Amino acid sequence: MNPAAPTIRRALTTPPAPASAFPYNPGSLLSVLDLSVDEVSRLLVRATELENEDPITRDRILAKRRIALLFYESSTRTRTSFELAAKALGADTTLVSNLSSSIEKGESLKDTGLTLRALGAEAIILRHNFSGGAWLLEETTRLPVINAGDGMHEHPTQALLDLRTIMTHLRPGVSGVKPDTLAGVTVMIVGDILHSRVARSNMQLLPRVGARVLLCGPKELLPEQAARSGPGIEIERDFEAALKQSQAVMMLRIQAERLAGMQLDLEDYKASYQLTGQRLAALAPKAVVLHPGPIIRGMEITAGVADGAQSAILEQVTNGLAIRMAVMERALKAENEVRNEAPADKSPPAKRIKGGRA
Amino acid sequence: MTALAILNGRLIDPAAGIDELKDVLLIDGRVAEIAATGKLKGKNGAQVLEAKGMVVAPGLIDIHVHLREPGQAYKETIATGTAAAAAGGFTSVAAMPNTTPVNDSPEVTRWMQAPERGAHVRVFPIAAATRGSKGEALSDYAALKSAGAVAVTDDGRPILKDSIMRETLAAAARVGLTVIQHAEDTRMTQGASMNLGPVSFKLGLRGMPPEAETSIVERDIRLVAELKDAHPHLHVAHISTAEALTAVRQARRNGLRVTCEIAPHHFLLTDEHVGLYNTHAKMNPPLRSDKDREAMIEGLLDGVIDAIATDHAPHAMHEKEVEFELAPNGITGLETALGLSLRWLHREWRMPLGRVLSLLSAQPAALLGLKGRGTLTVGSFADVVVFDPKVEWTYRATESQSKAKNTPFDGWQMQGKVRWTVSEGKIAFASA
Repeated sequence: MNPAAPTIRRALTTPPAPASAFPYNPGSLLSVLDLSVDEVSRLLVRATELENEDPITRDRILAKRRIALLFYESSTRTRTSFELAAKALGADTTLVSNLSSSIEKGESLKDTGLTLRALGAEAIILRHNFSGGAWLLEETTRLPVINAGDGMHEHPTQALLDLRTIMTHLRPGVSGVKPDTLAGVTVMIVGDILHSRVARSNMQLLPRVGARVLLCGPKELLPEQAARSGPGIEIERDFEAALKQSQAVMMLRIQAERLAGMQLDLEDYKASYQLTGQRLAALAPKAVVLHPGPIIRGMEITAGVADGAQSAILEQVTNGLAIRMAVMERALKAENEVRNEAPADKSPPAKRIKGGRA
Repeated sequence: MTALAILNGRLIDPAAGIDELKDVLLIDGRVAEIAATGKLKGKNGAQVLEAKGMVVAPGLIDIHVHLREPGQAYKETIATGTAAAAAGGFTSVAAMPNTTPVNDSPEVTRWMQAPERGAHVRVFPIAAATRGSKGEALSDYAALKSAGAVAVTDDGRPILKDSIMRETLAAAARVGLTVIQHAEDTRMTQGASMNLGPVSFKLGLRGMPPEAETSIVERDIRLVAELKDAHPHLHVAHISTAEALTAVRQARRNGLRVTCEIAPHHFLLTDEHVGLYNTHAKMNPPLRSDKDREAMIEGLLDGVIDAIATDHAPHAMHEKEVEFELAPNGITGLETALGLSLRWLHREWRMPLGRVLSLLSAQPAALLGLKGRGTLTVGSFADVVVFDPKVEWTYRATESQSKAKNTPFDGWQMQGKVRWTVSEGKIAFASA
């Protein structure tokens, strides 16, 4: 109607997105961004203490507390290590999986969470197939929720155990972390970054303790936006050039189940990005090799490297136990301090068995 | 005879070029007289609405709403949706055809307009461009038009085949109907739930590239150019990307009849507002980048955007209380469009009040050829909104007239409070 452009330029700003209300429960661990560097440090120190603790004493820390493991995806490492870690602290655990529960009948995540709460669950460990699942569960139950992997988004305990593993090798004897603890260290993450929650959590955590994160992979699996998702993140598409700069090398599995029609020539991929003994010896003979598992031998990593002297893959698994003990202790200790009831839910919290609590 | 006299208000009728204190007399559903203030007092025994300090304007017209009937009355009904419309100052709404069954027939088109639906304001059905909105065979445009359809579209299921889109444009032009396109190449947006960019990457959500919108807009414009002699009218629904807007601007310079509308959320919010998986910030097209949002405001200010339309898309609470990727697209919009437009377009970005109102009434009426609407000249329909432009208030979703509460604007500051909405001479809404 009026084609005349405005003569005076105005600031065309609108209100910024509101500050997040998450986490509702101080015991929750939804994202690595929920933790300050100090809190990360305390968790690392506490993990070591708990690992060295006398098992009989340790067994009383969360004696008879109820922790539910809610798993919408198959898992070996994460599920078992959460379960063993909870039991090592004396907690009672129960496992609910999507394949042997009412989830199969169409029960929603919200209703499943409220049901677990009504049964007395005091914290929920959630592995979910959709990004953001842990946020939805926390908002609707207001319980401490530990994100054990949500879709392609985050896997914060994995990043913490990776940090612990990297520290053991590159900063031996140092127990806590500060913003510059890993200054001068380059950690490269290789492969299917796009679909990886492990990569996203590590990308957000490692730069906050001083590391430089170098992402490596083909365009299909590593979009340019990745470098803009946080500080301290760079992209180097040439695998060998990246390898030369790195003190820690984190290999990722190609997530065939999430490729969704994407065309990827696996032979080409192997030629460009497979971590072989030859490449490792020539370009990064001292680097520590990590992999969150499951590994596909002969695909992203050769059997020789996976079993080799530089591999810390099984150490990562063991470190998962210690880290998850510390995270669950935090979840249930913090819970005593503040308790927000979900406003939408009027049902009383389940009665707890008195005398059972430590 | 029923008569309403709206006295002492500031009449703003952009189509007629009027902005002055006037009395307005409505008789039997039509505008009977516009007079200097003080002249109409008590005339014809009219019921008096005292509008001192208020703006009296043509009732607002929303050319993009989903009323969910027939078939999805649990989300919204024509009665509840139009009650929300009236509360928001709207006196006409154009209802999209993605109902159950799809509105591709004169029967459904008539059903939606039947008095039994209990509409509070006028409903203009927009019919499906293809049978079942399947994108294959055209529906019967002449029959749909005579049943009351004002445009055709396959909104939400955009027409991808060039040959079908060409036929649609040609056939609609023959009967004088506008073709509305929801521009999205759905082959590029499979499994995606928000805008593609750094935010979608960070959240681990598959993203819809802006090119999915741009490429369809450009393709459609090309077809309009090829069919130039038939004078087709292409209307781009809820435009959201800077590149698509550039394409529309260029098409207009080339003399093509290509128009577009924008939803308030696309000039106010960005993909950052998805926050941590807020399903009330999930709609299609998705919230875009800040660069796109700024381009949208520029487009409003420089006039290339023809109308504000809400894409009012009500959903039941439980449908939105799920994982982000599983939540349906859409937010409500009828009750917040005026308050947000006045707060931001007028107050913040200094668009004259008359132009804001034109984007919400005169221009959308012209786009769909709604005769006697969008203006208050004598003889026009007695569709009027009376609002106090000075009142600031806070929108509360819980107080909505709509069945649905899915809005990202809950708790937002609004400017301008609707006092009365008059639809064809009847008071459809009155606030306390």
